[in-house]
Amino acid sequence: MGSNRLPLAPLFGAILLVAAPLVVPSWILFILTLALAKFMVVLAVALFLRAGLVSFGHGLFYAVGAYTVGFGVKWAGLRDALLLVPLGILCAAVVAAFVGVVMARYRGVFFAMLNLAFSMILYAALLKLYWVTGGTDGIGVRPPTFLGVMPPRAIARMSYYYFTLMLTGVVIYAVYRFLASPLGFFLKALGENEIRIEYSGESVRRVIYLTYILSGALGGLAGVLVAFTVGHIVPEYAFWIQSGEFVFVALLGGYGSVPGPLVGTIAFEFIRTYASKYAPEAWQMTLGIIMLLTILFRPGGLWTIYEALASRLSRGWRGAESG
Amino acid sequence: MADIEPILQTIDLTRSFDMVKAADAINVTMGHGELVGIVGANGSGKTTFLNLITGYIKPERGRILIMGRDSAGLPPRLIAKRGIARSFQIPQLYTGLSVQENVLLSLAAASGKGLGFWRPLYQGPWVEESLEILDRFGLKGYAERPVGELPEGGRKLLDIALSFALKPRLLLMDEPTSGVSIEDKFQVMDTLVRVLQESDITTIFVEHDMEVVQRYGRRVLVFDNGRVIADGDPASVLADPEVRKAVLGRV
Repeated sequence: MGSNRLPLAPLFGAILLVAAPLVVPSWILFILTLALAKFMVVLAVALFLRAGLVSFGHGLFYAVGAYTVGFGVKWAGLRDALLLVPLGILCAAVVAAFVGVVMARYRGVFFAMLNLAFSMILYAALLKLYWVTGGTDGIGVRPPTFLGVMPPRAIARMSYYYFTLMLTGVVIYAVYRFLASPLGFFLKALGENEIRIEYSGESVRRVIYLTYILSGALGGLAGVLVAFTVGHIVPEYAFWIQSGEFVFVALLGGYGSVPGPLVGTIAFEFIRTYASKYAPEAWQMTLGIIMLLTILFRPGGLWTIYEALASRLSRGWRGAESG
Repeated sequence: MADIEPILQTIDLTRSFDMVKAADAINVTMGHGELVGIVGANGSGKTTFLNLITGYIKPERGRILIMGRDSAGLPPRLIAKRGIARSFQIPQLYTGLSVQENVLLSLAAASGKGLGFWRPLYQGPWVEESLEILDRFGLKGYAERPVGELPEGGRKLLDIALSFALKPRLLLMDEPTSGVSIEDKFQVMDTLVRVLQESDITTIFVEHDMEVVQRYGRRVLVFDNGRVIADGDPASVLADPEVRKAVLGRV
């Protein structure tokens, strides 16, 4: 991974993210918060892409996380972030633990479509159970408190941003550990050779199942944070187009690394914002063209542009030293 | 450790594909420490035999006893857990990982910690052992290289090293020298036999090359049309005209 070659750039990126609230206007901070939150579900999708498995249904966990917040606020009077975050993760992980039993048996097109099917079942339920979910009107979510403390209006947006950024750091660390662990290696290996894994006495299904729970938990966390940020939850969170967007963004940023999905989500949210501002009729076309160019010239995603630059630079430096 | 039970025993093991009997009432007993070569023409049922024992295909009839325990019908994963490992004619490797990572995953699986998700693979108790195994198989120089950079002979050896890393009681090797050049063939077999004997691993190897079987097998099984037509020491078995006819198509 590129970080070994030139750790300066990720560090620089982290500093930028930490310093952002001091520099950028509030609306950009909003987009950044949204991007960080969505990054987690994109990362969840990217985990499976490493194994050659595409999920067109991660909207399921995203919606479970978001509606945990919605129901918590609406029915239980819960509004503390430090309670709702673990609760949303737990709910999504439990759902993943059930759905995963089925998913672990399938690969390829069936894996992709079954995920989609499960998410669409939830979508339909959210839509039809009007008296519980508010149907298409959704649920309005008031800003959360932190350990009972409501941040003053002036710094509210900044507080949510830093809260999200902190969780992003935790997620990045945890996923790095996961990917470096035996299970993380088996996940990558199963896209290459399932036979060898089974003949080693290890279960491919268990590898998929455990990853599925982690992946679901990440999706749930993203949903919770997006609910806080946007303040309004609708059934579209579980819709297949939403799930497709996650796959799109993972490919855009590059699923082969952890920073890839982060770069992808930030790029995506800004492209969407600017494209819909300057070319409101054609913003989807803009995205389509960018995706096309990415796949044609950088099939590993935007992040590989940096990796290629970094390796060229470090080679240049080594060359200078030896010369 | 002296075993009274044979490591492997098959009783009337039978399986057919369409109308062809790929395994026809095979009765074989393997004791601890044996080094057995299996020969036979193409399609004589050699690989089917390995596939049956390791659970890749299921028998229609007959029993498979691994150290006395009934094991027919178990999937490869559970057969592996009972101490039988196998290598493949076409190497089965994790092509996107490095040579060392391939071995590390085998060691992690064998240790029962293959599903650990927190401690890094490279910090596990198996790191030193992985290098030692690569060294034994003459692959240490390739440890950090991607599998794709290995020459064909190296891929064969790595494939066997992955099975070896599982610390099996019995290792089944499917054509360990196929794809290896004639000059390297004996060197590869020398390495393998030495490593396996040192580690006290009972071994069955499938070969279509009579010369290799004669030189390395302490005992030879001859397969023909899914049946074992001869079983004994290499010198006498391979001198048998009927065997030569079945394996080579001529006397």
